[in-house]
Amino acid sequence: MTSATRLSPLEMDAIASRHPNLLQGSSNKRLRTILISAGLVVYLVFSWWFFSIGHVLGNANWGIAGTYLADWVSYEVRPELKIARDRTMTIDYQRNSPLGPNPNPSWVELDKETVTRTVKIPAATGQAVKPKASSSFSFMTPGSALGGADAGTAQGRTETQTQEVITRAVVTLNRSTKIEVADGLVTATHGGETLTMAVDGQDTVTPQGTLPAWATQKRPGEKITLAFGAAGWAEVEGDDVSVRNRFFGWANFLFDTNSPYFGKSYAEVLSLITSGERIEPARSNLSLAWNNILYNAEWQHLDVWTKLLQTVVMAFVGTLFASLVAFPLCFLAARNITPNFLTNQVVKRFFDFLRSVDMFIWALFFTRAFGPGPLAGMSAIFFTDTGTLGKLYAEALENIDDKQREGVKSVGAAPLAVQRFGVLPQVLPVFASQALYFWESNTRSATIIGAVGAGGIGLKLWEAMRTNSDWENVAYMVLLILLVVFIFDSISNALRSRLIGQKAH
Amino acid sequence: MATSMLPKHLSDNGALVERHWQELNSRRRLYSFLGLAVLALALSGSLWFANDSNAGKFFDRLPHFFDFVGDLAPRDGLEIFRAMFDLPSPYDDGSFKYNYPEGRLYLTESFYIPEYVHKMLETVNIAIFSTVIGTFFGFIFCFLAARNLMPNPWVRGLIRRLMEILRAFPEVVIAGFFLAILSLGPIPAIAAVSIHTIGALGKLFFEVVENADMKPDEGLRAAGGNWIERVWFGMVPQVLPNFASYFLLRLEINVRASTIIGAVGGGGIGELLRLSIGQGHQAKTLAIVILLFATIFAVDQFSAWLRRRLVGDQAFQLAQ
Repeated sequence: MTSATRLSPLEMDAIASRHPNLLQGSSNKRLRTILISAGLVVYLVFSWWFFSIGHVLGNANWGIAGTYLADWVSYEVRPELKIARDRTMTIDYQRNSPLGPNPNPSWVELDKETVTRTVKIPAATGQAVKPKASSSFSFMTPGSALGGADAGTAQGRTETQTQEVITRAVVTLNRSTKIEVADGLVTATHGGETLTMAVDGQDTVTPQGTLPAWATQKRPGEKITLAFGAAGWAEVEGDDVSVRNRFFGWANFLFDTNSPYFGKSYAEVLSLITSGERIEPARSNLSLAWNNILYNAEWQHLDVWTKLLQTVVMAFVGTLFASLVAFPLCFLAARNITPNFLTNQVVKRFFDFLRSVDMFIWALFFTRAFGPGPLAGMSAIFFTDTGTLGKLYAEALENIDDKQREGVKSVGAAPLAVQRFGVLPQVLPVFASQALYFWESNTRSATIIGAVGAGGIGLKLWEAMRTNSDWENVAYMVLLILLVVFIFDSISNALRSRLIGQKAH
Repeated sequence: MATSMLPKHLSDNGALVERHWQELNSRRRLYSFLGLAVLALALSGSLWFANDSNAGKFFDRLPHFFDFVGDLAPRDGLEIFRAMFDLPSPYDDGSFKYNYPEGRLYLTESFYIPEYVHKMLETVNIAIFSTVIGTFFGFIFCFLAARNLMPNPWVRGLIRRLMEILRAFPEVVIAGFFLAILSLGPIPAIAAVSIHTIGALGKLFFEVVENADMKPDEGLRAAGGNWIERVWFGMVPQVLPNFASYFLLRLEINVRASTIIGAVGGGGIGELLRLSIGQGHQAKTLAIVILLFATIFAVDQFSAWLRRRLVGDQAFQLAQ
């Protein structure tokens, strides 16, 4: 049979040409497709211009984006070597260094020497330490540099000090990356290439030889930036070498640097808790450890968990109250249950009002009424969702099967009994399923209204991001949020498919 | 009544049925009771916790509940109108509060767009643009995630997990991250809203695709069509109305989302509203609230009307 219907291509074309109307769409339809595509292209071009996307993306600081992203899962330790005019050095770590107050990491090797010298101390500050933050060198205050020798003013007093200074320092970032500073020479080795830079202890850096690809210097004499990729980076200035050594992981996640458990391995901590001497006589080591974890200054576990619980509670209570209030109202809004046009319209428009004054506006208002906190967020979710759930419930009621209702009515049941036995069994699973869906989706939206002050983890997230230096905390909170959302997603999906079958999602 | 004619004592079989029914009934009651008890416990615990960790306590603050209404009353009703359309105010004392004409966007010498209308348009445009981007990527992903078109469980699982993460990732974080890299402006909001939209629409889309009629696909497969042809000619024509309906539904949600994102630093009307409430500018706040309300209402109604035209009443069966 198949051989009889097998056609040659020529024949197929012949048949096709007899019925052009079947094989080609109407010109109307084609025109519409073309118009829609053209409109879309015009709109995209317009938006590109309207938001000046090209301009903004072009001016963006993409280098810093990589650093911020790396901060999510790693941390930096920043040894900073200050070089004096006599080529001796002092080392300094950033404030709140993840290595604790007196870091002495094994990857920084120092040769020390004790010298006695006369130091001029400016009277105003009483300190010979340069107040400069890190990399930005200021030509306006050369007098405040270490030693302050050319300050020239008679205000300072001189003092003879015995100091331990560093004569040679080797910072090893990883196997192929190393920075050595000694005798006014900075030698950086990275990936088999070596760069030697002469520093004069003041403000000029002179590279010897050509700069490799990983080193940049904007103008001769100015600072040289060395980028070592994932291992970190370093900046070499005339009087200062600051290194950023990047380590993978979250620093001090359990115990912060003030904790007595800081720097101990898990086994040590465990043996301390189980059998060690009490660190604080007043309480057991276990409760001390737990307390130290909860009040970890860097990670603030207790605060984060409380805020997350607030978010969950906001969504839960808000949705529950909303469904409780929407439940009686939707019977008034459904035109088949309450055949009164005016009542239907009034209730429906009321729902529309609650919905259209957005959750965000409600959140702002309630934050003013109750003060910042979960009560505001809860009320905002309650108000908005009363509108949304009411609308959905009313639609569900309007779509019910009338036969059951008529059956109950025909045996002479009272109006309330008609609703209870004729209507409710049909819609209750749908109602519950929709409430569950909104519970889950509100857990997500509660995060964002939190950021405007309505309680929960949103504000904490926002504050952590504002500083641009706590991205690891952001990552931690995001992980917790994702976890909670996934758990609730599964619970809600499981309950919903039990309620109304697999169709629910 | 006939009841008196019934036997007083049941036979053994009757008693068994009766007892069984009683058992079932009491178990059901127990479950309902336990469920309600757990719910009540969770609710009261939650309420206590929320009240306890709130800045102001519920019952302390309740008498002040409507204070904000007083805070919002402008000096006269026309002020709202003036604030909305950037007309000069008779109360202008040089302060920012009454300085409505500032912020006019002049298109020609004399014709201007009022500041709030302009910002509102910006917010709506952020929503439309992000929905278009989200729809584009959701459209591509959904065919890779649908069981009936992508037999490879690894690809399917990967795309589904990806969409789940995009959907659940807090929008605040995306906006904040892009805000840190880019300068202030609408692009962080666009990024945040579109990334969320990809995940949300992708999920809805692939569910539509999985429920689609496979006969056109079979026909194309029999005629030797490749995967792209099967998708394009067999699947797309039948799912397009539903996709369009979900696009509109998402647009409604995104108008709200882009307002909120605006408030946390993404520009647009949201930021102005937050500032104006914070600084107690009554007329300006009311003007923005009315504008926002009208816009959201209009978008909702328009989208509902269009969706009803596209897919009929089916558009309203599903929750968002």
